[in-house]
Amino acid sequence: MIDTTIKKVLLLGSGALKIGEAGEFDYSGSQALKAMREEGISTVLINPNIATVQTSENVADKIYFLPVTPYFVEKVIQKEKPDGILLAFGGQTALNCGVQLYKQGILEKYQIKVLGTPVQAIMDTEDRDLFIKKLDEIDVKTIKSHAVESVEAAKQAAKDLGYPVIIRAAYALGGLGSGFCDDEEQLEVLAEKSFSYSPQVLVEKSLKGWKEIEYEVVRDKYDNCIAVCNMENFDPLGIHTGESIVVAPCQTLTSHDINLLKELAIRIVRHVGIVGECNVQFAYDPYSDDYRVIEVNARLSRSSALASKATGYPLAFVAAKIGLGYGLFELQNSVTKTTPAFFEPVLDYVVCKIPRWDLTKFHGVSREIGSSMKSVGEVMAIGRTFEETIQKGLRMIGQGAHGFVANKEIVVPDIDKALREPTDNRIFVISKAFQKGYTIDHIHDLTKIDKWFLHKLYNIVMTSKELANINSTDDLSKELLLHAKQQGFSDFQIGRLIYKDKLDMDEAVDLVRKYRKSLNIKPVVKQIDTLAAEYPAVTNYLYLTYNGTVNDIECQDDKQSIIVLGSGAYRIGSSVEFDWCSVNALQTIRNSGYRGVMINYNPETVSTDYDMCDRLYFDELTFERVMDIYEFENPHGIVVSVGGQIPNNLALRLHENGLNILGTSATCIDKAEDRHKFSSIVDKLGIDQPKWKELTSLDDVHQFVESVGFPVLVRPSYVLSGAAMNVCSNSNELVEFLKLAADVSKKHPVVVSEFIQDAKEIEFDAVASNGEVVAYAISEHIEFAGVHSGDATIQFPPQKLYVETARRIKKIAKKIAAELQISGPFNIQFLAKENDIKVIECNLRASRSFPFVSKVLKINFIELATKIMIGEPFEVPSKSAFDLDYVGVKASQFSFSRLQKADPVLGVDMASTGEVGCIGDDTNEAVLKSMISVGYTVPKKNILISSGAAKNKAELINACKLLAQNGYNLYATGGSHQFLVDNNIPSTRVYWPTEPGQYPQALEMVHNKEVDMVINIPKNLTQIELENGYKIRRAAVDFNIPLITNTRLASAFIISFCNMSVDDIQIKSWDEY
Amino acid sequence: MQKSIQERTKASLLLSNGLKFEGFSFGYDHFAEGEVVFDTAMVGYPESLTDPSFAGQILCITYPLIGNYGVPEDQIIEGISQFYESDKIHVKGLIITEYSYDYSHWSALKSLDQWLKEHKIVGIYGVDTREITKVLRDQGSMLGKIITENHTEASDDDNCGEKNLVKSVSCSEPIIYNKGGEKRVLLLDCGVKHTILRALANKNIEVVRVPYDYKFNNSDLGECDGLLISNGPGNCSDCETTIDEIKKFMESEKPILGIGMGNLLLAKAAGAEVIKLKCGHRGPNQPVRMVGTERCFITSQCHGYSVDAKTLPSDWKESFINLNDNSNEGIQHLTKPFTGVQFHPEGVSGPIDTKFIFDNFIEKL
Repeated sequence: MIDTTIKKVLLLGSGALKIGEAGEFDYSGSQALKAMREEGISTVLINPNIATVQTSENVADKIYFLPVTPYFVEKVIQKEKPDGILLAFGGQTALNCGVQLYKQGILEKYQIKVLGTPVQAIMDTEDRDLFIKKLDEIDVKTIKSHAVESVEAAKQAAKDLGYPVIIRAAYALGGLGSGFCDDEEQLEVLAEKSFSYSPQVLVEKSLKGWKEIEYEVVRDKYDNCIAVCNMENFDPLGIHTGESIVVAPCQTLTSHDINLLKELAIRIVRHVGIVGECNVQFAYDPYSDDYRVIEVNARLSRSSALASKATGYPLAFVAAKIGLGYGLFELQNSVTKTTPAFFEPVLDYVVCKIPRWDLTKFHGVSREIGSSMKSVGEVMAIGRTFEETIQKGLRMIGQGAHGFVANKEIVVPDIDKALREPTDNRIFVISKAFQKGYTIDHIHDLTKIDKWFLHKLYNIVMTSKELANINSTDDLSKELLLHAKQQGFSDFQIGRLIYKDKLDMDEAVDLVRKYRKSLNIKPVVKQIDTLAAEYPAVTNYLYLTYNGTVNDIECQDDKQSIIVLGSGAYRIGSSVEFDWCSVNALQTIRNSGYRGVMINYNPETVSTDYDMCDRLYFDELTFERVMDIYEFENPHGIVVSVGGQIPNNLALRLHENGLNILGTSATCIDKAEDRHKFSSIVDKLGIDQPKWKELTSLDDVHQFVESVGFPVLVRPSYVLSGAAMNVCSNSNELVEFLKLAADVSKKHPVVVSEFIQDAKEIEFDAVASNGEVVAYAISEHIEFAGVHSGDATIQFPPQKLYVETARRIKKIAKKIAAELQISGPFNIQFLAKENDIKVIECNLRASRSFPFVSKVLKINFIELATKIMIGEPFEVPSKSAFDLDYVGVKASQFSFSRLQKADPVLGVDMASTGEVGCIGDDTNEAVLKSMISVGYTVPKKNILISSGAAKNKAELINACKLLAQNGYNLYATGGSHQFLVDNNIPSTRVYWPTEPGQYPQALEMVHNKEVDMVINIPKNLTQIELENGYKIRRAAVDFNIPLITNTRLASAFIISFCNMSVDDIQIKSWDEY
Repeated sequence: MQKSIQERTKASLLLSNGLKFEGFSFGYDHFAEGEVVFDTAMVGYPESLTDPSFAGQILCITYPLIGNYGVPEDQIIEGISQFYESDKIHVKGLIITEYSYDYSHWSALKSLDQWLKEHKIVGIYGVDTREITKVLRDQGSMLGKIITENHTEASDDDNCGEKNLVKSVSCSEPIIYNKGGEKRVLLLDCGVKHTILRALANKNIEVVRVPYDYKFNNSDLGECDGLLISNGPGNCSDCETTIDEIKKFMESEKPILGIGMGNLLLAKAAGAEVIKLKCGHRGPNQPVRMVGTERCFITSQCHGYSVDAKTLPSDWKESFINLNDNSNEGIQHLTKPFTGVQFHPEGVSGPIDTKFIFDNFIEKL
């Protein structure tokens, strides 16, 4: 039966969250670790992502915050001597690392068994040529592609196949360096870029417009196979599945279609020799039963995480057990606990995944979506009609939509074009097109979206028209109201449609809500049970729907449950860190004897694993839905401070409706959130803050700026496109930026604040009880203020902070905590210049850095905060616990390589998609570990420098000297070159693209990969300066050359690698610090 | 397009335990009565509705969205239906949560609504099918009625139906398919699914389809290489003649394959007993294990009764069991080529993981 020689297992994580590889692998890895623990197997985890749940105590036995690269993995293997290794749970990062370990003979050398799918099978699916040959052997049709190794060969292949073609880089994360080419010109550009990612590039015939169907298949060592879930992309082939709305189960396929593809999927999985879990993607002809296999992922994937949540079948957990040698029939269905894991779930609901994009956060990025992934997160909605499900989902993505209709009017200059060439706004363009009278056939012709989906969307439009025909709830029939609710209309949408703009929206919503409740129209709670009610379920995995009449569960009505609001879709600025906070809050609640109830809808999370709580409501985090659930549950109270900004924003309204908010009162939360209220509190307490003003006319803006001087930070309340805030260095920029704001008026004021340059930014993360600070962590940004705190590199404990500064910060924080009577987690951001300290922001909730400081300190801030919020006894950590003899550094992960044309420069708006946190004996070691963990490499020889303004040049001088002393060749652009030479540092001058005809050209050096690192510091934040270096920065990203755009970070990195080598890095697990 | 709120016709489902579920009528606006059963298949309504095993029953589909891909054309090639399981709809009524008035599929000829109307089959939508399923799961299958605001009572012509369910779905006289095929199989028709006919015909086998009570052992139909006992509706209480004939055929020691009800008949002929399951197995995801091995299969099933394995004679063994509830899913004679499976190896609608059951049977012919 199972392999009893395996006593210790190494699991490779996926590192920092990035586009294409996000929270889903925290979920997969955590499941696998749980499966191992259950068997009494000791676990070792390598993952530098400190904010994850898997890198927590009691999840893995040994945790290494180290880069997931063959070098470090081998070191850990030498030290830990594991018996087996799990490669399938850390995304493409872990899989690629595993393949390299295998090829380098490391696994064999240390006699480590690969659990689950053998590496050969992985290679057979990853290498396009091998893959096609393999599938040819069993008569399965693939998209014939020509693997080429030069741009010329790519052109020839495309000519043979006929345009349009798609090209992709082999061995690349979710479509990196891939795209469609309609002609040779486009191909040339794209092919060149693809070759920078991979020596092999594939040219294929494009099947644009075909359906895209996915299967999740599991196979055990006895050759038993099941297809756990099938899913259909709403958007046809041509749009990456990560960019597509995905529906489960398939909606437009017949039994014949479904079983034909299923049989193929199983045939493939058997032939390839998968042992565990596998994802198979098909292209399916909408006019026949012709198909092509697109790809096979021999590992857990984003789709498998989605499928697990969509069906209730824990794929990662089962795959891990299969890796140990279990047969599927020997494992239990973890929902029913009475039937085996050998079964195929059937759904009695429909699930809809919608991607979340944040493209407006990036300068210059194209908003078109296509074969390469750009979304940063996703949501999953559950309902019992498609209309209900998609409308729920559109609210969940959290970008201001209230559903498919009744949203703020969007401006679409050319609807036909927007339908033909989809952007992140596609679904709302369809809504707009319907409003403008487009027919279903017309929209289908332009989008190729199956008419079934369009019909369903049109149903929503029809109902919205009926609602718009009436003017008051008095005219709203019970039938129409129920019908609208069954199609997923929120009270807000109904209120807006009925009352148009004649009433204040809050008032309109209240009217609809009251009327609805007077008619007893309420949603029912249904269970997800994997077997469509055929067998009773023992888990409480729940959703709400209006398409039903009876609740599956009852309210226990004993006031012994506590609701925790989760964080919603991952987005820039809010991701796995809040999942860690939510999970820890739930654990504390359950350990205290209460039942933990979770509300969240993000399929990538651990908090939405039904084992993590007593009841999981996989549903919306809107006022309406939270009220529905609260009224149904009748809990002891609700926690709003561990899920980031979404729950925080709901606090006041929930409080006003009588909900028991645990911890800091909602009115105090509001005092911190409301700029005016907080400002006057700060003034009252005698605490300094940067000067700011909310202004309602352009004249006022200019007048204020005159008094504080440039630069200023400008935040309009409504922006048409582009970044929501910006730093303006002169009046030209100010005027230009304010043009983007649709309007500066009483209704849409603009906030202008003084921007302090060269100031240190300091984070104060803490927990307080009744206004008294119980635990705190002060951490320091390496970059100066001006880089968003989410993008900054942060060290904890601070290494270069005056003792006096720290003392003052503590005092200020204590005053604020007392004034706001804080009970629970909070975070304050400070600016410090010399010992001059200003408060810039205060959030009475857990912050992004909570898991980082908790893990470095080894004091769980969330556990402590939760105990305080729910009134359980707690211990105040002793003072000595704050005295550390090691350093933690948190570094940011950027995904610019996926965001074509985006300028990889950092500013006041956050752009990073993830982070790592590494611990070292000193700053240098921690910096080096964390920088390698986010993909930097120590340069070998040549470094390209353009060092910006004079001040920046001076800041970099020591680092440059160090480089020269260590034998690096410096190549610098005009001004920087002169500066280096003047300071007796050898340098070779290179030329800007604006200096044609002179050589060497900086850009060419990047294209030819003649440099190993690029340091490019924008002179100031003016557009002209930004554009000057843009080509170099973008080329560095496109050609995969490490790029640093900040002098302070560049210096820190250079000092670290010049003072120690990678070989000097200690291989120490978390508990060894 | 969806019906507007005003156009909808109210309908109700009344269960014999007194529960009432209110929804709206689609398909034929009429009254229907029958045993209410649930099926968990997410796709395959054209196949299920024409499956003779569902004869006389009101079918509640647990998947909420039905009608999405319309209904295909009923192509009949040499007497065998290509997309359906028989020449008509066998269920008496259909219960779903949401009906898709708009369908989309290249093979669709018409809507489900239109098809039900043509076959005079009553449908109800807008009811909580999950709750209905839970009631049936906990209390067992039960009788029920669908009424609409226009039809609350049965009319006279509703009661002339055949009470013997097997007789009502069996052919009335022998039919021969694929004449001149390599081998010759006698098909005992208790309500055979056309997919079974297709599976045999595709293997170049001549099929001699006879009525369920046909005395084939002493007939002029000529020699056959094997016997296939088909699926069918209900239990096998009205099939004494059938069982006697099977017993006689066993003496020849030629291969026998029983499918669905065919498995029950084969067991009875061998001397075993049949028991009623609480609410039956109807769905595409029933897991079975081949007894004595590590091999498991996902199967399509549609039955309310099963063989009581304890009563099998000593020269028979249990060959498959259901992994969910351990009930019998197949029997095998220890020495002779007699096999029965309770599940549907032909799938449709459902998985085709166990096609090898046919291959094994055909190999032995």
